[in-house]
Amino acid sequence: MTPLTSYLLLSALLFAIGLAGALTRRSAILVLIGIELMLNAANLNFIAFWRYGPNPQALTGMIFVIFSIGVAAAEAAVGLALIISVYRHCRTTNLDKIDSMRG
Amino acid sequence: MDWIVQQLWLIPVVPLVAAAVSALLKQRQRRLSAFLAVGSMILALALSCAALVNAVGHSDTSSTARQVVNFFWFQAGDPQAAGTALRLGWVLDPLSAVMLVMVSLVGLLIFIYSLGYMAHDDNFARFFCFLSLFASAMFGLVISNSLLLLFMCWEIVGLTSYLLIGFWYHKPSAAAAAKKAFITTRVGDLALLLGMVWLHSKTGTLLFYDGGHGCLEHSALASLVAQTTSLGMAVSTGIGLLIFCGAIGKSGQVPLHVWLPDAMEGPTPVSALIHAATMVAAGVFLVARVYPLMAAQPGGVASTPGALQVVAWVGAITAIFAASIAVAQTDIKRILAYSTVSQLGFMMLGLGAGGVAVGMFHLITHAFFKALLFLGAGSVIHGCHDEQDIRRMGGLRKLMPVTFATYAVGMLALSGFPLMFSGFWSKEEILHSAHVWNAPGPFYLGVAAALLTALYMTRQVCYVFLGPVRSSGREAVLPGPVNREGERLREPKHPRNPERIRARGDARRPIKELGKHTRAKGHQGGCYEAHESPWVMTIPLLVLSAFSVLLGFLGTPAWPWFQGFLGGERAARNLGKLFEGEVLRLMLLSSAVVFAGLGLGWWLYGRKPVRSADEADVLESLQPEVFALLKRKYFLDEIYEVSVIRFNAWWARICAWLDEWVWDGMVQLLSLVVVGLAWLNRYFDEYVVNSGFDAGCRRLTEGGTLMSRLQCGRVQRYLRLLGVALTVLVLFLIWGCRAS
Repeated sequence: MTPLTSYLLLSALLFAIGLAGALTRRSAILVLIGIELMLNAANLNFIAFWRYGPNPQALTGMIFVIFSIGVAAAEAAVGLALIISVYRHCRTTNLDKIDSMRG
Repeated sequence: MDWIVQQLWLIPVVPLVAAAVSALLKQRQRRLSAFLAVGSMILALALSCAALVNAVGHSDTSSTARQVVNFFWFQAGDPQAAGTALRLGWVLDPLSAVMLVMVSLVGLLIFIYSLGYMAHDDNFARFFCFLSLFASAMFGLVISNSLLLLFMCWEIVGLTSYLLIGFWYHKPSAAAAAKKAFITTRVGDLALLLGMVWLHSKTGTLLFYDGGHGCLEHSALASLVAQTTSLGMAVSTGIGLLIFCGAIGKSGQVPLHVWLPDAMEGPTPVSALIHAATMVAAGVFLVARVYPLMAAQPGGVASTPGALQVVAWVGAITAIFAASIAVAQTDIKRILAYSTVSQLGFMMLGLGAGGVAVGMFHLITHAFFKALLFLGAGSVIHGCHDEQDIRRMGGLRKLMPVTFATYAVGMLALSGFPLMFSGFWSKEEILHSAHVWNAPGPFYLGVAAALLTALYMTRQVCYVFLGPVRSSGREAVLPGPVNREGERLREPKHPRNPERIRARGDARRPIKELGKHTRAKGHQGGCYEAHESPWVMTIPLLVLSAFSVLLGFLGTPAWPWFQGFLGGERAARNLGKLFEGEVLRLMLLSSAVVFAGLGLGWWLYGRKPVRSADEADVLESLQPEVFALLKRKYFLDEIYEVSVIRFNAWWARICAWLDEWVWDGMVQLLSLVVVGLAWLNRYFDEYVVNSGFDAGCRRLTEGGTLMSRLQCGRVQRYLRLLGVALTVLVLFLIWGCRAS
C-alpha cells in the first residue's frame, strides 16, 4: 500500500464523516461543520495528489489549496450569517422545523 | 313704419326671452323677474303700436291692408309632391294689429297690477315667468299666418292657462280646476286638429294668405265649396264647424263652458288676463281669422252659410244660458266668470250674424271692461282679506272709493249703459246685426241676455258696494291680537260652506298680509277694516276704466272707424245715421232693456239693503226652485258627472281589467315560456358543456397536489436524495466501464 493510497483513504474517511454529519445533524451549525469537513477532505486530496504527483517541485497544488481554504473561510462566514438570519426569522436552528418551502 | 312687418316676430319673441330668463332665475330675485316681465311687455306694447300705425297707414284699400311674411320651415317627404313643404309665417292686417295692441295694453296693465297683488307670494318669479310665456304665446297666436303655427301657440296658451289656474297647486280645488280646464279644452282642440288635417288634405297648405295660394284665398275656397261631404254639406262648412269646436272649447261656449268658472281658482290677475280678456277671446279671434272659410258659399246661394248659423246659435244660447246662471251665484269672481262666458256668446253671435268687425269690436271693448271688473274684484278681495262671497261684503263704497268708481264704470260698460260706455255701442252692433239676420231667435235670446246682464251686475254691485258693512259681524268675535292667525281661527266657523272654504283660495298671500295690514292700521275692536288697495293696483284700474269709456266712440254708428278699419274701407262721419229709423229704434230698445235690467236689479237688491250675510236672496224667496236650478248651474256639472265622467270611469275600469287579465296575462305567459327555456338552457350549459371542462380542471389540480408533495422543504432530505442519486450514478458509471 503506497502512501498515496493511505492519504486517499483518510481523505475518503474524512469526507464520509463530513457527509454523515451534514445529512444527519439537526442543528444548522453542525451541518455547516460537516460541510467544512468535506471541503477539507477535498483539500487533503489536492495536497496528496500534488505531493505524490509527477511534478512535486512546482507549488501549484499548495497555492490551489490555500485559495480553497480562503474561499472556504468566506463561505463559512456567509453560511454563519445565513444561519443567524434564519435564526432571527424562525427563532430556531433546527433544520427539521425550517420547512416553509414545503409544497 | 314698414320695417315692422319684417320684424313682427319680435313681438312674441321678446316676452318669450323674458320668460326663459326668469325661468332660470332664483325665486328670490323678485325685482329682476318683475322688471323683465314688465319691461318686455312695454317693449311689446311699443312694437304693437308701431304695427297698428303701420296697419292704419295701409288700411285705405283692402288690397294692401294685409301684409304677409312667410318662411320655409321644413320639408316633409318628396320635394316634388305638392303640399310637403311646411311653411309658416306671420301676417299684419287690421285684425292682428288691433288684437296685438289690445293684448299688450291689457297685459301690461295686468302685469303692473300683479306687482301689487302678488307682492307677498313666495313664487313671485314663477308667476311672472308663466305670465310672460302666456303673453308670448298669445302674441304668436295673433300674428300667425298659418293654422299650424296658430295651433301651436293655441296649445301653449292652454298650457299656461293650466299652469296658472293651478298656480296654488297645494290647494286640491285649484289642481282639480286646472285639470278640468286642460281636459275640457282638449276636447275642442281635438276637433280643431281634425279640421286642420282635413283642411291640409284638401288644400295642401295651412297658410292663411300666400299670394293667392293660401287656404283662405279665393282659389282654395272655391275648390272647398265645390266639394260636398255626406248630408250634402260643403267641405268648407265641415272644416269650419270642426275649427269652431276648438273655439267652443277655448272660449267657453255651451256645452264646453264648464271649465271657465272653475278656472277662477287661479290668482285674480290671471283670471283677468287669461280667463276674461285675452285667452278666452282667442276662440272668437280664431273664428274671425277663418271667417272667409266659414262664410264661403257656392255662387248663387243666398242663405247664410251653415257654419255661421251654428256659430250664431251657439253664441246666442251661451249668452242667455250663462247670464241666467250668473244671476244666482254668490262668489264675486264666479259671477264675472259666467258673465265672461255670456259675453263670449255675444261675440260669437256677432261673428255669426254680423261678421268680423261686429264680433271683434265687442271682443276689444269687452277685454278692457272685463279686465277692469276682474281687477276691481281682485282689489275688493285684496281689501277684504280674501273674502270672495258677496253676501259677506257690503258697504265698500266708502271704504274703497277708487275701486268703487272704476268698478261702477266697468259694470255700466258691461251692462251697456247708453251712449257713454263702450259696451253699449258694441252690444248694440251685435243686436243690430242679429236683428237683421234671417232667423229671429238669436235676437230675442240676445235681448234677454242683455237684460239679465244688467240685472246680475246691479245685484253684484248692490251686494258688494252698497248697504251696510256685513263683514264685521263675523269678525267681531275674534280677539284683536291673534289676527295673524285669524284666517285659520275663523275656518271652523263655516264648515258647511264649501264655497267659503274654496274661497280661501287666494289665501296664501293674505295670511301673511293680514298681520301687516292690521298692524299698520292699528285697528281696534277685532274687526277687519276693508281698505283701499295700493296705487300700483288702482292705477291700472283707472287706465282701464278710461279705455272702457273711450273705446266705444271708435265704433258708433255715426263714425264706424273700427268697422271700417277691419273691413278695409274709410269710415265716414255721419251724425245723422244715429237718427235713422232702424238704428234709432234699436238703440232705444236696447237702452230700454238696459234700464229695465238696472231698474229691476235696483228694485230687488238696492231698494232694501241686505242686512246680514245669512239673509236669503230676494229671488230665492220669490222662486226657490228656479233659483236653486240657477245656483246649481242647471246641474250641468252633475250631468257631466253621471254621463261623461261616469262612463269614462267605467270604461277606465274595463280597460284596467283588460290590462290586468288579458294583456298582462299574455305578457305573463310569454315570460313564463321564456323563463322555462332559460332554465333548460342553464341545465344544458351546467351539465353538458361545463362538466367536461370541470373534470379536466379537477384532475389537473389533483396532479398538482401530488407533485407538490415532493417539495417537502427540508434541506437535508434534498441533500440525501442528491447523495443517493450521485452514488447510483457513480455505480452506473463504474458498472458501465466494467461492461465495456
